[in-house]
Amino acid sequence: MYEIRIHSRGGQGGVTAARMLALAAFHDGKYATACPFYGAERRGAPVVSYVRIDDHPIRVYSQIRSPDLVVILDTSVMDVVDVFHGLKPDGKVIMNATGTREVSGHVTYAVDLTGIALSLNLVIAGSPILNTPVLGALAKLEIISMDSAKKAISDMFSDDRNTRAAEAAYQELVL
Amino acid sequence: MTEIPKEEYILKCTSACAGCPSSIALRYVLKAAGPETVLVVPACCTSVIQGAYPNTAMNVPVYNVAFAAAAACASGMSEAYRKAGRKTHVIVYAGDGGTVDIGIQALSGALERETDFLYICYDNEAYGNTGMQRSGSTPAGARTTTTPGGKIHAKKDLDGIVAAHNPPYMATACVAYPQDIFKKVRKALSIRGPSFIHILAPCPPGWRFSSDMTIEMGKLAVRSGMWILYEREHGKVSINGVSKAALKKPLPLEEYLAPQGRFKGISQQAIDSLISQRDRVAQRLLKEDEGIC
Amino acid sequence: MLTIATGNKAVAAAVKEARPEVVAAYPITPQTEIVEQIAEYVASGELDCRYIPVESEHSAMAACIGASATGVRTFTATSSHGLMYMHEMVNWAAGARLPIVMANVNRALGPGWNVWAEHTDSLQERDTGWLQVYVSTVQEAYDATIMAFRIAEHRDVLLPVMINLDGFVLSHSMQRLETLHPGDFIPPVNLPHAIDTANPAGYGTLTGPDDYFRFRWDIERSMRRSVGVIAETEQEFADRFGRSFGPAQEYRCEDADVLVIAMGTLAKEAEVAIDRLRDEGIRAGSLRIRWLRPFPELDLDGRDLVVIDRDYSFGFGGILAQSLKSRYRVDPYSVIAGLGGQEVTFDDIASFVRERKPGEERWFGVSDDV
Repeated sequence: MYEIRIHSRGGQGGVTAARMLALAAFHDGKYATACPFYGAERRGAPVVSYVRIDDHPIRVYSQIRSPDLVVILDTSVMDVVDVFHGLKPDGKVIMNATGTREVSGHVTYAVDLTGIALSLNLVIAGSPILNTPVLGALAKLEIISMDSAKKAISDMFSDDRNTRAAEAAYQELVL
Repeated sequence: MTEIPKEEYILKCTSACAGCPSSIALRYVLKAAGPETVLVVPACCTSVIQGAYPNTAMNVPVYNVAFAAAAACASGMSEAYRKAGRKTHVIVYAGDGGTVDIGIQALSGALERETDFLYICYDNEAYGNTGMQRSGSTPAGARTTTTPGGKIHAKKDLDGIVAAHNPPYMATACVAYPQDIFKKVRKALSIRGPSFIHILAPCPPGWRFSSDMTIEMGKLAVRSGMWILYEREHGKVSINGVSKAALKKPLPLEEYLAPQGRFKGISQQAIDSLISQRDRVAQRLLKEDEGIC
Repeated sequence: MLTIATGNKAVAAAVKEARPEVVAAYPITPQTEIVEQIAEYVASGELDCRYIPVESEHSAMAACIGASATGVRTFTATSSHGLMYMHEMVNWAAGARLPIVMANVNRALGPGWNVWAEHTDSLQERDTGWLQVYVSTVQEAYDATIMAFRIAEHRDVLLPVMINLDGFVLSHSMQRLETLHPGDFIPPVNLPHAIDTANPAGYGTLTGPDDYFRFRWDIERSMRRSVGVIAETEQEFADRFGRSFGPAQEYRCEDADVLVIAMGTLAKEAEVAIDRLRDEGIRAGSLRIRWLRPFPELDLDGRDLVVIDRDYSFGFGGILAQSLKSRYRVDPYSVIAGLGGQEVTFDDIASFVRERKPGEERWFGVSDDV
C-alpha cells in the first residue's frame, strides 16, 4: 500500500487533489481511497488529506501516520504543521516551490505549481488552482499514469487548461 | 346567495363540547371543500372532536400529526398529490397554539415554499385541548390557567406574520358567519398556491360564557371591532360589509368583554391595550382597503 | 458501472436508482452532500421527484410522513443535531407504519460543536421502531440504501429504515463504487393503508390503551418478521448483483478465541488489526454488527469479546456492549473509543485485544488523573 499525505490550506483544493489522485489511481486499475481530515472548513486554515493506493481493497480509515509521500501545496503551512511527521525514511516529498528547499533527509522534488497556474491564468476567486497541476507532478513520480491523471482531471473539470497545467508540471518536475 | 350543500362531512357523533365553535366552523369548511379533501390535524381540540379509534366522526380522511408538524406534513402530502396529477385539497385545520406558537416555523416554511394547500387556524385564543392555558393568541387581560391574573402581553399578530409571506389568498372569518366561511374556503381552494384563513372561535368553556352563546359571542367580537372580517387577495384587502359598518361605529368594548368570564376583573391597563391594538389593526386594514398603502 | 465516489455521493446515487417521488430534507454537516446531490439530480431531470427544501429537520420528517401517507416512496437524510431535532417525527413515522428511508451520517452531539463521527446520535433513536443498518464502505452504503427501500416497503415490514454511515470517515471518503440498475429488485410501493378519499379514515386518532397496545405489538411483530425479509432481500441482492453482507459480517471468526465487535468503519479497520494479531499467533476475528434493529442473532459462545463502542449511555455503559451483555449473557471487555471523531487505528484496536480484561470498561485515551 502506498500512502500519500497532502498538506494545503483551506480553499487551495487539497481535498479535490486527493480525490482526483484516488480517481486517477482507480483509472489505473488500482484500489484507492481519499480521506480528507476535516477541521473547521475555513479558507486559509491548514488542511490535510490522505490518499491510499493499493492492489487490494483498502480497509484502513485512520489517518496516515507513516506516509510514503508528502505533498505540500503551500509551503507556508510548514511554519505551523510538522509536515514531515512520520514520513518513512525512504519517503519522498513534492513541494510547490521554485528551486529546491532544504529538507533534511528526504528526497524532495520542487515544482512551481503556483507559477504554472498563474501562467495559464488558472485562478479562482483570486487563488491559483494547484490541484490539477499537482497531478502531473504525481504522474512524473509514477504514482499514477499521466493518462489516468488527465482522465481524472477531465472527469472533474471541463476547462482544458487544467490538463495543460498537469502536463506543464510533468515537464517541469526534474527527477 | 350561495347555496350551501346539504352533504355533511362531520357526522353526528363528535366528542365536541356543547356549543363548540371549531366543529361549527369545520362543518362549513368541509361543505365548501367537498369529499376530495384530506384534513391534516395537529394536536388541538379537533384531535379529540373527531372521535376515538376505531371510530371517526369525519367523512373525509383525517391525518393526525404531531403538534409542530401540520404545515410540513401537508407540504409533503400536497407535493405527492400534485406530482401524481391529483387535485385533492390538502387542508390543515389547526388551533391557535399549533399555529401561532409551536407550529409557526413550519407554517412560515410552507408559505415561503408556496405549498399548494389551505391552512386554517381556528383561534379560540388559548390552549383548549389541555384545559385553557395561555397561547400567543390570548388577548391582553384574559385569564387563563397560566395567566390567573390576566394576560399581560398583547395577542400575537398572526395575520400580519402571514401577510408578510404574501400568500395569494388570506382571509379572516368567524363562526358567527358560516356563509362567509363557506365562501372564503371556496375561494381559497380555487386559488393555486398557499392560502390561509384565520377563524375566530369563541369557546364557551375557555372564554367562560354559556354554551348557547357561541354565535352571539362571535357577533359581538365582530361588532365591537375586536375581530375584523376581511380578505387579502393577491395583496389587495377588502373588508367585509359587516366589519366596515362595525368599524365606523363599534359597539362599546364592554359589551364584548362583560359576558366573558375570562375578562372578569380586567384592569384598565389591559382594556387600553385591547383598544389600542384593535384601533391599530383597524386603521391599517381600512387604509389597505381604501388602497392607501 | 464502476466508478469512484464518496459515501455521501453513493447514498445519493442509490436514491436516484430507487426513484422516490418526494424527498424532503434539510442540510447539516456532514450529510449536506447527499441532499445537494439529490437536488442536483432533480434539477437536471435525472430524478423525477419533488424535492421539498424544508425549513427544519422536524419538518423534513413531517413532510416525508405526509407524502408517504399518500402511498409514494420518500427519502430524507440527516445527521446528529438534525436527527435529534427530528426525534419526535422519527417516532411518528414508525408508529404510522410508513416505509420512509433515511440516511443518517453519524456525528457527535454538542456541546461543544463537533462534526466528526460518533454513533450516539442514531443509537438514541434505537427504540423508535426504525430498522437500523450501519455500513462500513462506500459500496455498502450504496447497496444498503437500495435494499432499504425494498425492506421498508415489504408488506411484512412497513417500517422505516435508517442507513447509518460514519461522518467524514465514510461520508467524505472516496472509494471504488459499482453502481447498478435495480430494475424490478425494488417493486412499486403498495401501501395498504395509503390515504384514500373514496374510503375516508382517521389516521392516528385518539387510541385507547388496548388498541394502542395492540399497535405496539404489531410494530414488534413486523420488526421480528423483518429478520426474514432482510435475509431474503440480501439473498436476492447477492444472486442478482453479486454482493452479500448479512446481519453481521464475520472476518476470520471461524476458529477465533477472541472477537472484536464494532460497527461502521471502526469494524472495517479492525480487520487489519485481526491480520496483525493472527501474525502474532493470537486467534482473533472481527464481527461487524450491521443491523442493530432488528438485533442480530449471534454465536458468541466460548470466546472472549472486545466490544468497541463509538457511543455511550452515561451512567450505564457502551450501548453495544450493554446490548450484547443483556442479550447473550456475555462479559465483554468494553472499550469506549472514537467519540467525537477520536482517532482509533488498527494498532490501537490490536492493543485492545492484547490488553483485554473481560468484564471491564476502558475509555480509550483518557486517564483518571485528568
